[in-house]
Amino acid sequence: MTTPGDSAAEIWPLWEVFVRSNRGLSHVHVGSLHAPDETLAVRNARDLYTRRSEGVSVWVVPAAAITTSDPDAKGAFFESPAGKNYRHASYYSKSEGVKHL
Amino acid sequence: MTDAVNKDSIEVDAHGHVAVDVTTLDAELIEGPSVATPDVAEYALWLGDDSLVLAQQLGAWISRAPELEEDVALGNVGLDLIGHARSLLHYAGTATDRTEDDLAYWRTEPDFRSLHIVEQPNGDFAHTIARQFIVSHYLFELHSRLRASADATLAAIAAKAVKEVDYHRDHSTQWVLRLAQGTDESRRRMITALSDLWPYVEEIFRDDPLIDRLEGIAVRPSSLRPAFDAAIAPVLAEAELEIPRGFVASGGGRTGKHSEHLAFLLAEMQVLTRAHPGASW
Amino acid sequence: MTSTITPDTSAPVAISVEEQQFNDLIEADSRIEPRDWMPEGYRKSLVRQISQHAHSEIIGMQPESNWITRAPSLKRKAILMAKVQDEAGHGLYLYSAAQTLGATRDDMTDALIAGKARYSSIFNYPTPSWADMGSIGWLVDGAAICNQVPLCRASYGPYGRAMVRICKEESFHQRQGFEILLELMQGTEEQRQMAQDSVNRWYWPALMMFGPPDDDSPNSAQSMAWKIKRHSNDELRQRFVNMLVPQAAVLGVTLPDPDLHFNEETQQWDLGEIDWTEFHEVLAGRGPNNAQRLQRRRDAHDEGAWVREAAAAYAHKQSARTEEMAAK
Ligand SMILES: [Fe+2]
Ligand SMILES: [Fe+2]
Repeated sequence: MTTPGDSAAEIWPLWEVFVRSNRGLSHVHVGSLHAPDETLAVRNARDLYTRRSEGVSVWVVPAAAITTSDPDAKGAFFESPAGKNYRHASYYSKSEGVKHL
Repeated sequence: MTDAVNKDSIEVDAHGHVAVDVTTLDAELIEGPSVATPDVAEYALWLGDDSLVLAQQLGAWISRAPELEEDVALGNVGLDLIGHARSLLHYAGTATDRTEDDLAYWRTEPDFRSLHIVEQPNGDFAHTIARQFIVSHYLFELHSRLRASADATLAAIAAKAVKEVDYHRDHSTQWVLRLAQGTDESRRRMITALSDLWPYVEEIFRDDPLIDRLEGIAVRPSSLRPAFDAAIAPVLAEAELEIPRGFVASGGGRTGKHSEHLAFLLAEMQVLTRAHPGASW
Repeated sequence: MTSTITPDTSAPVAISVEEQQFNDLIEADSRIEPRDWMPEGYRKSLVRQISQHAHSEIIGMQPESNWITRAPSLKRKAILMAKVQDEAGHGLYLYSAAQTLGATRDDMTDALIAGKARYSSIFNYPTPSWADMGSIGWLVDGAAICNQVPLCRASYGPYGRAMVRICKEESFHQRQGFEILLELMQGTEEQRQMAQDSVNRWYWPALMMFGPPDDDSPNSAQSMAWKIKRHSNDELRQRFVNMLVPQAAVLGVTLPDPDLHFNEETQQWDLGEIDWTEFHEVLAGRGPNNAQRLQRRRDAHDEGAWVREAAAAYAHKQSARTEEMAAK
């Protein structure tokens, strides 16, 4: 299932924009825009989403190229982690008080 | 003007609670320690007027661009150019104790020093792009060289401007390629625009006696021509556009002889300010 | 604030799992995201509200862009250009948010230029003087900010996120407007008159931006139940006037409401009667500049068609070429 928004009926496709606000940080989704191709998409993203020095790097991805998890299967998709507390450090209480652990 | 001023800006957290914090802002104008000599001031006017007139033209596009993204893009280019114009006119004004606004709003047409190419009307999007393509490539070569000027203020202005016009050059290049090779209509319009603007290219690279008096400070226009030609050639080749042949416009902007368009442009730009002499805004 | 209006009493007693989930999310003050199930009415009212909001940003560029070429100083020219450019960005962010609900920008634009979509009627007033740049910033952007800050918490995720970005950018709009008026009020007699005349013209229309009075606002209750809207029209209007009065004093302008007075009991500023007939006239398309605003939008769109087509054609040719190269 693709991300919502893209429509083949539009003359310019929709692009999702991700901006890295500073070195050392991940690119974060900031919004979307329309552009005829990737060359202009990344420039439009620069003009639109970094006018106030919001970023040091920009990604653009065709909205149609993004696959998302199916929301109807939401329960099933994200159920598994619940109950597996042993993945979290706070599960291990016996070491409490021991330094540098 | 101080190097940095504090201004509040609004932070909104993920839940929309708005708080005000403080950011440090860069200097608005690039200023040097010195007062411009009359010759340097004249040269700063040349360059400042080019940027100002072009910015004024681009300002008229906002809310009329072919797509919203392009409104924003042209706005950014225009804002960069206003920035260059302000720094240059400010510097020019130091010679005669005038402000950037005195120079922008209170000079009449014969005192302007802009090139004819920047005075050419916006026309359709292809004309604006052709004008941008020519002027941005010229400005990039100019500022690249002006960075090494013996005049510290001009060098500092150029050092910032060169990065910005590099982007303008790219923006117009992308559009030249698309318009030239998009549809039959866009190609026809691009060819027309290029041949309408090309006659004004020659004036850009003409040397004026002033240049002889500013050795090491100003960039000799004629010396930029080879780099300009070399930079645009591959783009025109890829776009399958030919350099138009035809007449060469007489030019004369540097000595105050202007195209018919400039008077209208100035009339609009200056109308309010001139209705209120002495007022501040 | 917390408003407890029972959501949609017309709903059937037995509701689906998805609907229960939706109601729970709203109840918990969480966010609805694009792929979530949502009631058709919720989707429709969001698309309506977000697209109207986007159209307002776009049409709203015009009364101000009129003055970019005539701004009285280079600094003001730069500020105004940056401001109008921001509004284009706001329109874009909002069209994108509406797009996550299945509306396309092309369709929304078509509806706008066909005159079928609404936008904030404030932008149908003319800007005959430079002082209007001040009044629009101070009063119109000011009212918009009052409306928009609570929308940062709208229950629909993409809308709220767009509003967060917009509110951040709006922060300078109101201040630059205030500063324009302040400069004028500290200037010549002519400039002061220009400022006062402009405030007189924009004050009431700005108050009307909050929408009809609560007892005459058909969509409000449902919007509040769905937590798209967080405060009533009258509440926001009152909050706005309370902020304006001391600001007007700093400026030295008078607000054109002879009945405006401080109510000791409520500690609020009571305002005079709003002329809603005018509001409805403008809303119905009979405002001073309705036709002109739409025509300009239509012209920009029509004159840009060949450019958009050219870029699309070029992109197709390029990707065909890339595929050809890959096949070799
Ligand atoms: Fe806005
Ligand atoms: Fe605004």
